[in-house]
Amino acid sequence: MLDACGLNSLEDLYNHLPEAALLDRPLEIPAGLSEFEIADYFKQQGARNANGYASFLGAGVYSHYRPVLCDVVVSRGEFLTSYTPYQAEFAQGTLTSIFEFQTMLCQLTGMEVANASMYDGSTAVPEAAMMSSRINGRHRFLAARNLHPEYREVLATAARNAQMQVEEFGYDAKTGRIDMDSLVAKLDGTVSCVIVQSPNFFGVIEDLEAVAAEAKKHGALLVAVFTEAVSLGLLEPPKAADIVVGELQSFAISPSYGGPFAGVMATKEKYMRQIPGRLVGETKDHDGNRAFCLTLSTREQHIRREKATSNICTNQALIALMATVFMSVYGKQGLRELAEQNLAKAHYLADGLERPFSGPFFNEFVATPKGGTPEAANAGLLKKKIIGGLPLGRWYPELKGSMLLCATEMNQRADLDAVKEALR
Amino acid sequence: MPKSLGKIRPHLTQDEQLLFEMSSPGKKGYQLPELDVPAVDAAAALGAGNVRAGIEDFPEVSEVEVIRHFTRLSTWNYGIDLGLFPLGSCTMKYNPRINEAVARTEGLAWAHPYQPEELSQGAMEIAAVLEQHLGEIFGMDAVTLQPAAGAHGEYTGIMLVRAYLAAQGNPRKKVLVPDSAHGTNPATASIAGYEVETLKSNEQGMVDPAVLAAAVNEDVAALMVTNPNTVGVFEENIVQIAGILHEKGAQIYMDGANLNALVGLARPGDFGVDVLHSNLHKTFSTPHGGGGPGAGAVGVKKHLEPFLPVPRLKRIGEMWSWDYDRPQSIGRVRAFYGNFGVLVRALAYMQAHGGPGLKNATIDALLNANYIRARLEEHYQIAYNAKSMHECVFSDERQEKQGVRTGDIAKRLIDYGFHPYTVSFPMIVHGALMIEPTETEPKQELDAFCDAMIAIAKEIEANPELVKTAPHMTRTSRVDEVTAARKPRVRWTR
Repeated sequence: MLDACGLNSLEDLYNHLPEAALLDRPLEIPAGLSEFEIADYFKQQGARNANGYASFLGAGVYSHYRPVLCDVVVSRGEFLTSYTPYQAEFAQGTLTSIFEFQTMLCQLTGMEVANASMYDGSTAVPEAAMMSSRINGRHRFLAARNLHPEYREVLATAARNAQMQVEEFGYDAKTGRIDMDSLVAKLDGTVSCVIVQSPNFFGVIEDLEAVAAEAKKHGALLVAVFTEAVSLGLLEPPKAADIVVGELQSFAISPSYGGPFAGVMATKEKYMRQIPGRLVGETKDHDGNRAFCLTLSTREQHIRREKATSNICTNQALIALMATVFMSVYGKQGLRELAEQNLAKAHYLADGLERPFSGPFFNEFVATPKGGTPEAANAGLLKKKIIGGLPLGRWYPELKGSMLLCATEMNQRADLDAVKEALR
Repeated sequence: MPKSLGKIRPHLTQDEQLLFEMSSPGKKGYQLPELDVPAVDAAAALGAGNVRAGIEDFPEVSEVEVIRHFTRLSTWNYGIDLGLFPLGSCTMKYNPRINEAVARTEGLAWAHPYQPEELSQGAMEIAAVLEQHLGEIFGMDAVTLQPAAGAHGEYTGIMLVRAYLAAQGNPRKKVLVPDSAHGTNPATASIAGYEVETLKSNEQGMVDPAVLAAAVNEDVAALMVTNPNTVGVFEENIVQIAGILHEKGAQIYMDGANLNALVGLARPGDFGVDVLHSNLHKTFSTPHGGGGPGAGAVGVKKHLEPFLPVPRLKRIGEMWSWDYDRPQSIGRVRAFYGNFGVLVRALAYMQAHGGPGLKNATIDALLNANYIRARLEEHYQIAYNAKSMHECVFSDERQEKQGVRTGDIAKRLIDYGFHPYTVSFPMIVHGALMIEPTETEPKQELDAFCDAMIAIAKEIEANPELVKTAPHMTRTSRVDEVTAARKPRVRWTR
């Protein structure tokens, strides 16, 4: 090969680099390992994490059963090792599955357009805010204080660098829902959108129609956020919203210490050209067969450069595919039954516990342990190989005596009873 | 249709309806366990107004239909597992399956980001080791693993520059971007609140130090440079370029999309770069998965470290801990700690190669690209004479005389069983064909690819129409993208 290249040695491939740039020593990374040693290393590290614990953590990352087919499909090399489907004739598999994904997300959210997915739920929030800004030309955003705290932090980071002013409004200490008075007091004709999560970070279901009605009075949009996708199997979809963003981790994506996940971005048809990220559309091939391709790419960075709707150039295709398989396996009946099981488990767990909020909840709720701190209750549970709830004081000093508990179809009655006992 | 072309013979694939079209009421592919707690009446518990009717038109299919559906769809795709995937700048190398296996390790895949730190030490250790290895490869003092993708890493990097300059008293107004850059660079600078000024490349496709020096002033925050650049050429004046920026207090940001050409040979931190991102799904072999997930680790020099996203890993005695007390931090760029499952795969790749192996992989990548260049140079016009690194870029100017453009050649290449190269990018090259084979391709596959490219060049001489109407061998013929954009139909409806 060197001969064919007209070179004498391998060094000739790179000895034209400036001397100051060349590394004059080997990398300080240990020598290569065999497959067995690599597997063993990660097995050892995995063993240092929680293993065999029952968990009641939710807060944006949920433990749901992953149907075996999800991994079977995403392990196929034709999906796993393919690229963004620019060459439509050679990528109809990926394109067709994304079209199905977009359709199912519309059916679930009550929106008319959904993109091919975002990095995750948290990064979809500032993208929604920027989209809202493109739609109405306003740069002030109102975010609910019971929106996931880390989502709010991601929004704040983005706002600091762009022409965005983010303000927070409070929640009602009795219901756990947003405080409508606090929102109304901040709403005026300069607000681009109101950002509300439902079920919110406390697990409480919001009245999105009421929020939308208030926002509309001032020409502001409603961005509805969800972190628990399984709730969409049972709850009224956020149809009142102009933009819906959320996290799909619940649909067969393992918690994996926080990622990779997949975000959702859906909206109404009239805002389609303002949506960021990839979109797949239906068309025909030269012979008249149905075919799919990436479309409306004039919104995107590789064409528009600094005038693009976003700098995003990927979606989370493989994760979205996993979620698509999950939705296909459960289907119309299964998603509802799954959601009903979550509802039943969480309500069984909540029964008899002291709860600061009265608003309706799906599979998460805030509870206050009697006669002890959340940390103390969790310490006791850990001894029984149970990871308890998430103490809330870190983000909500006023709730430092409380924790966020989540129960899913994965939690068994004996463990639910153990948690009830520890908190009573 | 001919029975064979090069190494290609057609095989049977099946038409497949969409899930919604094969759906019928009552079919199901799931089985939930018996509920072990009392059922709850949803309307009573939540209020009837909060409970939805059935999800209209949502699929109802059986398990065997699900597996057949997605398996059939998969046969309409192409992936690295099927052959060479020479997309320039995308680094489509083999994705080792051990990476997939270890990412599914029980204690890692099921780790909740909020589980107690003492029950997360394995995950934190993995992240810490990866940060250390990447720092060594980059020649950088600190690394964050939080960004979810390459473009997200760029965004993080530019926010770091802004925070650093703001702390000096002036965040400045402009970011310079060469005209050869990826589209994400100007888009990133723009959403990070900077004006973008485009720099014209010189006749070698490189940043011209004189043009740069004329553009740099106290308003310039940074230059975003890709090295090797998008024509596959090492920026030979990079040390001087860094000097010009630093002299005026500006930063140099490197887009590490092409880092696969440098690992073990040269380190951005050593040639003057202040901050860079690396796409772990390119250089470090994590699968592209049809467009994600990726990961966009960012490396910085010491002076930018205080501004890195929270939280940071901190060693306290024998334990890892997350440090949130970072007053100068730009804040979070993503919930939790990044695409951890992708990080696991990248570390497994580094462990398999080890330090010496990583350098050998780089050299093989350079050799493969130069071999393709040598074999094709007689048939296609090389865009720039400068020495190629890990990819080579041709122009379609010879083929254009027959009315055939780079996009047509790409479609014909599909007939020969190869995924096309990157088409029409970089924009500074007239009708670019950007080819990156990566190190994982055997010579036999490279030769088959070059034979196909040469055969196409000859077809263009003899019968340009054949190429202009390609592909001919695929189950889907040329797709009408114009109608798709004119009348967008982006979801199925009854």
